[in-house]
Amino acid sequence: MLVTIFNVISSGLIMGGVYAIIAMGMSIQYGVARILNVSHGEFIMVGAFLTFMLVKLNVNPLLAMVLIMPLMFLLGFILHRTIYKKLNDVSGSSGAFESNSMLISFGLMFVLQNVALQIWGSQQQVYAFLQRSVNILGTAIALNRLVVLLLAVAISLLFYLFLQKSRLGKAIRAVSQDATSAALMGVKVHRVGAISFGIGAVLAGCAGSLISVINQFNTAMGMSYTIIAIIVVVLGGMGSVPGALLGGFILGFIGTLVNYIDPSLSLVAYYLIIIILLLVKPSGLMGGKA
Amino acid sequence: MKNLLNEFRANPKKAVVPAVVAAALILLAFLPGMTKPYTTIMLGSVIMYVILSLGWNMFSGATGYISLATAAFFGLGVYTSAILGDYMPLPLLMAVGGIAASVLAILIGVITLRLRGVYFTIFTLGVVKLLEVLILYLEIHLNGTRGRFVVSYSFTDVFYALYILLIVQLIAIVVIRRSRFGKALTCIAEGEDAAQHIGINSTRVKILCFAISSFAMGAAGAAMATRWSYIDPGIAFNANYSFLPVLMVIFGGAQSLLGPITGAAVFAYLQELLTTEFPYIYMLAMGIIMILAILFMPRGILGVVHDLVARARKRKEAGRDAHT
Repeated sequence: MLVTIFNVISSGLIMGGVYAIIAMGMSIQYGVARILNVSHGEFIMVGAFLTFMLVKLNVNPLLAMVLIMPLMFLLGFILHRTIYKKLNDVSGSSGAFESNSMLISFGLMFVLQNVALQIWGSQQQVYAFLQRSVNILGTAIALNRLVVLLLAVAISLLFYLFLQKSRLGKAIRAVSQDATSAALMGVKVHRVGAISFGIGAVLAGCAGSLISVINQFNTAMGMSYTIIAIIVVVLGGMGSVPGALLGGFILGFIGTLVNYIDPSLSLVAYYLIIIILLLVKPSGLMGGKA
Repeated sequence: MKNLLNEFRANPKKAVVPAVVAAALILLAFLPGMTKPYTTIMLGSVIMYVILSLGWNMFSGATGYISLATAAFFGLGVYTSAILGDYMPLPLLMAVGGIAASVLAILIGVITLRLRGVYFTIFTLGVVKLLEVLILYLEIHLNGTRGRFVVSYSFTDVFYALYILLIVQLIAIVVIRRSRFGKALTCIAEGEDAAQHIGINSTRVKILCFAISSFAMGAAGAAMATRWSYIDPGIAFNANYSFLPVLMVIFGGAQSLLGPITGAAVFAYLQELLTTEFPYIYMLAMGIIMILAILFMPRGILGVVHDLVARARKRKEAGRDAHT
């Protein structure tokens, strides 16, 4: 019994940590850049496969995660500076920009997924890393899962501190609260938007690296992670980064519990939560007005 | 109807689109008898996409709420035929499939349509995946199988079933657009807050429109299922049935009836050509076209054509002025 409880807690923390990173990335992109990036899962997939490529060159996957961070940032930053900037110029209102940017990211989803299919094929991939197990409080836990857990928590906390303490973090929060006032205070809104989009892509890439350490992955995996990210973001409150952090861990624990009953039902359970939430408190746990 | 005719008499230009659509429809009715079977099958698929695109545009084009639940409605129709196919004829199957889709639309609408559009979109995106997972779970645990065999009708029967469905849908769209209800929809699209202030119950109007528009999608799914002999949740709830109609409408242009029809015809044909040999390239091209279309042709290909015609006419007039 105690072992089971320990397993649920550790699995819940691992899943929750990864979900939190994914959702924080989506949340900052929506909260600051006003782009609901439905190709977020594809960025995660790209992160996983870039890591895999480096691992095949005998690079440590954790080092690989650090190495691909600037690449992911550039990918996000350049996409924002080109496509989304152009879209911002042609969109008449912020509402039009919001719905069109979502459609653009659908297009991006097709592009990224099919380019990845061309390069990396469609088969499941997996690699071995730190598969020894260690004993904690009398139960065995695989070392790679432990490392992922610690890294996920560390990345989440670092990111949260970055938003709270750094100058750029303050600018990001200012834009997400009120873009017009932030602009009047001298914040370069478009630049901050592009940086936030890049940061979202970096978080997706990190999540992809971590997932590749503990799970199988393939080029079609993006959509299911996008849906999880969306559920967590709605749960925590659209555009709220602390909400995404909290929501990620909540969903991770619920997911783990449901997995013990029947893994194929986890999406059904998530959806039940979202339906109840939208009926009772649509703004999410820590969000503003819906 | 009489009003419509008077309007056409007053402004003949307005009659061009209906005339083109009507001519195309009449031509279509005779095609299966004159061409190869393959053409009929392909035209059936084209009509299916036209129905899905028109259905999508009927709600999302009119209100600005982007629905990604098309595959869910379509899939429900597919499962209606798979489960009830042995017990009732095709027209009834399509009606039941359509009603099932409308009921689902009302449920989705009640949960999300009082919220901002972005909630609606992401919720509808997940509903497709949810139904796929849920039905797969039920099939495996209750029946011990993944998929089902569907009662089969000839592709000519399916063609005519879809053809009649399309005509019904077109009539419904025109009637709704000209009704009080249609005007309320236009108000909501132009400014939801203002619409509420003049006494429109915007949530109810949106839910009703969503339900009506999804009927044809469910019915189309019920018809198409009888052309495939075997289905499973992955086939029925393929997310592409949600994305493709959006792309088709954006490419064609959302303003008139002709836009979605053009977009659906072009892409359905391209799909038939490319999908078997270069499936990845086809999907990649669609993604790129989607992005470019949003950025560079906000009113679709018809908008581009319209602008080109207008520019040519202006140049001609300018030339005439220069001569006199």
